[in-house]
Amino acid sequence: MEGKAFPKKIKKEEPTVIDSLNHLPRPNQNHASLAEHFSDLAPPLTDRQAVLEASRCLYCYDAPCVNACPSEIDIPSFIRNIHQENVQGAAQKILSANILGGSCARVCPTEILCQQACVRNNHQECAPVLIGLLQRYAVDHAEFQQHPFQRAASTGKRIAVVGAGPAGLSCAHRLAWHGHDVVIFEAREKAGGLNEYGIAKYKLVDDFAQREVDFVLQIGGIEIRHGQVLGDNLSLAELQQQFDAVFLGLGLNTVRQLGLASEGAPGMLAATEYIRELRQADDLTTLPVADRCIVLGAGNTAIDMAVQMARLGARDVNLVYRRGVEDMGATEHEQHIAKENQVRLLTWAQPEEVLLDDQGRVCGMRFARTHMCDGRLQPTGETFELAADAIFKAIGQAFDDSALSDSSGQQLARDGERIRVDEQLRTSLPGVYAGGDCTQLGQDLTVQAVQHGKLAAEAMHAHLMLNVEAA
Amino acid sequence: MADLSIEFAGIKAPNPFWLASAPPTDKAYNVVRAYQAGWGGVVWKTLGEDPAAVNVSSRYSAHYGVNREVMGINNIELITDRSLEINLREITQVKKDWPDRALIVSLMVPCVEESWKAILPLVEATGADGIELNFGCPHGMPERGMGAAVGQVPEYVEQVTRWCKTYCSLPVIVKLTPNITDIRQSARAAHRGGADAVSLINTINSITSVDLERMVANPIVGDMSTHGGYCGSAVKPIALNMVAEIARDPATHGLPICGIGGIGSWRDAAEFVALGCGAVQVCTAAMLHGFRIVDEMKDGLSRWMDSQGYRSLQEFQGRAVGHTTDWKYLDINYQVVAKIDQAACISCGRCHIACEDTSHQAIANLKQADGSHRYEVIDAECVGCNLCQITCPVQDCIEMVPQDTGKPFLDWLHDPRNPYREAS
Ligand SMILES: Cc1cc2nc3c(=O)[nH]c(=O)nc-3n(C[C@H](O)[C@H](O)[C@H](O)COP(=O)(O)OP(=O)(O)OC[C@H]3O[C@@H](n4cnc5c(N)ncnc54)[C@H](O)[C@@H]3O)c2cc1C
Ligand SMILES: Cc1cc2nc3c(=O)[nH]c(=O)nc-3n(C[C@H](O)[C@H](O)[C@H](O)COP(=O)(O)O)c2cc1C
Ligand code: SF4
Ligand code: SF4
Ligand code: SF4
Repeated sequence: MEGKAFPKKIKKEEPTVIDSLNHLPRPNQNHASLAEHFSDLAPPLTDRQAVLEASRCLYCYDAPCVNACPSEIDIPSFIRNIHQENVQGAAQKILSANILGGSCARVCPTEILCQQACVRNNHQECAPVLIGLLQRYAVDHAEFQQHPFQRAASTGKRIAVVGAGPAGLSCAHRLAWHGHDVVIFEAREKAGGLNEYGIAKYKLVDDFAQREVDFVLQIGGIEIRHGQVLGDNLSLAELQQQFDAVFLGLGLNTVRQLGLASEGAPGMLAATEYIRELRQADDLTTLPVADRCIVLGAGNTAIDMAVQMARLGARDVNLVYRRGVEDMGATEHEQHIAKENQVRLLTWAQPEEVLLDDQGRVCGMRFARTHMCDGRLQPTGETFELAADAIFKAIGQAFDDSALSDSSGQQLARDGERIRVDEQLRTSLPGVYAGGDCTQLGQDLTVQAVQHGKLAAEAMHAHLMLNVEAA
Repeated sequence: MADLSIEFAGIKAPNPFWLASAPPTDKAYNVVRAYQAGWGGVVWKTLGEDPAAVNVSSRYSAHYGVNREVMGINNIELITDRSLEINLREITQVKKDWPDRALIVSLMVPCVEESWKAILPLVEATGADGIELNFGCPHGMPERGMGAAVGQVPEYVEQVTRWCKTYCSLPVIVKLTPNITDIRQSARAAHRGGADAVSLINTINSITSVDLERMVANPIVGDMSTHGGYCGSAVKPIALNMVAEIARDPATHGLPICGIGGIGSWRDAAEFVALGCGAVQVCTAAMLHGFRIVDEMKDGLSRWMDSQGYRSLQEFQGRAVGHTTDWKYLDINYQVVAKIDQAACISCGRCHIACEDTSHQAIANLKQADGSHRYEVIDAECVGCNLCQITCPVQDCIEMVPQDTGKPFLDWLHDPRNPYREAS
């Protein structure tokens, strides 16, 4: 394995932004004013706001909010700590359940998680405690002299984690905490997974994702090796041989295709590709802007894409979805953000043809109007065209099979395309665990991935230590 | 609209809301503003012999609730720090300009007859409606043999009251200190001395908080502190009890009572009146919000009286006194049981954990199929303590329902379980 420090080939399934949109103009604002559009969507609470908000919490017993938090943070307890001016205690409580509590506080769709369950929604009140913002307040304001969690005595066990996204980082941290040594194998240059490369810039601003990674690694006992691609310069079989256990936190790395001709034409690309470039750009004025653009899809990724393009200065942003508003994956809160940013929503329209100009670049799209007929989505026969300088696909990410191409990988049982795991995050191969987006369990959310990583680590730890005692 | 005017111990006022002797009544400027705002009367900030008292800085500290609402204030101020002459001149002028409002002068001089004999005619000459004897200021003054020291010794209370009745024709109100064990002893002493009324309570000895960095209590003077006097809404329950104790004491039957302590709303005032008060005094609430609060107090009280059909204060004054008694006379067979209004319940679980951990394990936590919780009272286990109703955040969600036990009235004096019961 040491001999294969670099990938044999650079993967390039999709054209990069530069290739595909290079012909488009750059923003007509300077970097500073653009950057303002990408500052915190929800500004943090001030000290006074935090104390006031904390005092609204009823300190429920068997609290519904805790049951609704995928990572099971003890919400009433950390809020009570904030209120008693014990911010460190609050943060430690949060981080002990969710080591990425800082990013979850910013990216969690709280409106469908903890805050939806808050009892303060009831009756006339209709105003949940702002749990996400309080969580952010605690984690942001805590000042630890040293990492808040101390490692247990070394167990001598070595564990491989593939993928340094939320699932992998959470798993690695919990394992290190229990005294195991962890090596994370990560394909990309930076750790963090979609926290670094995918989340809307205005939700996770500046270098927060990297600072959080640094915080996680502070515990010690975790080594990250970059440029290590499972299914390329790394195989599952090797990892099984060399480590006591393996965790796969691979995420979803390919984008669904529409199946239309000219899908690779300049001006057409995956929303996640563009967002990645946007998040990595030091200078926002270098980004191509599609003044008129179409975003296909109806999930949060589609909204993120549309809103970010609008904030870069695009005047005509259309979100097109083949079904109705009520079927949209994006939460109401997200839809509201889209409206506030003048994103136009078109429903009941399905892509039919990519329209190209004489230079073979995207100049628009033809859609077929749809409706429900006998319980199935059907074209009505009517069509319309929408002019656009670029089309962004946000119709879903898919699991990248190539990671599991070796003999061991091929043996892994799947659920559809994703890796099958049980509730202890065990795959069908002994000693191999998986969690996060690459599995079929739960929702594709950061907080869910963190929980998977944590539970997998606990299960691995229990299993490995059981064998130790038996021996 | 109900008539709010009163005549208290011979003193007439357009309404029962008076400002207590304290900073709000320190000088003509404040008192005129108070009258303009509509207060029915004021008790002028306590006068003493010259030279005037000297105050320190800082002076106040507070006890806060969860939302930084002030529950109570603690102060280490003394009586007036202005000369007697200036105060008397201002009192004369103000009374002349505002003849329809009550103006009472609070006094504190050494516990010797000459001192009282000297000051009383000067006060009477101002045209003031009455005097209030400050035996209660719990800090600073007792060290000089005044204030609480006098108020804590019934014989002194009686003696000073008698001097006042001798050397002055004005109604004498004796202000009682709560820093004693049995408030009735002080009230009886005032009554024996010929007092026209008592007012209560003055402030309660207190330390509100400690600055844990500097390791000194608040308020801080240099790097030292001292105990002060506590007032504001937190003292209301203590004041109400002391008022009720006096109101139902046969020894002081009929003695007019002016209620003071934590009054900030019309409802607070109505409660003091229901327990026997003929007028009320306010200090902290005005200090926190300004004089304008009297507006809502007057409006709220008269509307509530209208809704109850009370035309004047006398019509409900003391109505709750007869329902206040000693524990031993309560009906041991009376039984209430908690009842949860499931439609109002928000499933916070507070009633359950309170009863489970600290009361009688009478609220079941029933996990529902959808993961939510339903809380149900186990009637047979409920002792009717009210704890669940108190901790429930939803108003009127838990009702304490009287049960028909079929048992007759029985008090502890006659209960067979009482080893010391009286033979019936
Ligand atoms: C555009 C977008 C916006 C989103 N917004 C939100 C949001 O607002 N809130 C929210 O809760 N969730 C959001 N999500 C979902 C969330 O980001 C994911 O659920 C979460 O990141 C999943 O974590 P993970 O660790 O499973 O996978 P990932 O974050 O995808 O991390 C996987 C890691 O594994 C590495 N890797 C992949 N394949 C290999 C390989 N073969 N070899 C080695 N390493 C490999 C990757 O480089 C990456 O670092 C969003 C997703 C997208 C795409
Ligand atoms: C700063 C301050 C100074 C006071 N000074 C006097 C005083 O000089 N004479 C007096 O009889 N009572 C004094 N009091 C007590 C008040 O008159 C009143 O009895 C007490 O504050 C309780 O009423 P409340 O709860 O409405 O404030 C003072 C109270 C405060 C807060
Ligand atoms: S449900 Fe709401 S009020 Fe209850 S503990 Fe959770 S945040 Fe607090
Ligand atoms: S009244 Fe007391 S005993 Fe009865 S249910 Fe409520 S808390 Fe429990
Ligand atoms: S305290 Fe009140 S609202 Fe909360 S569970 Fe009990 S009855 Fe319901």
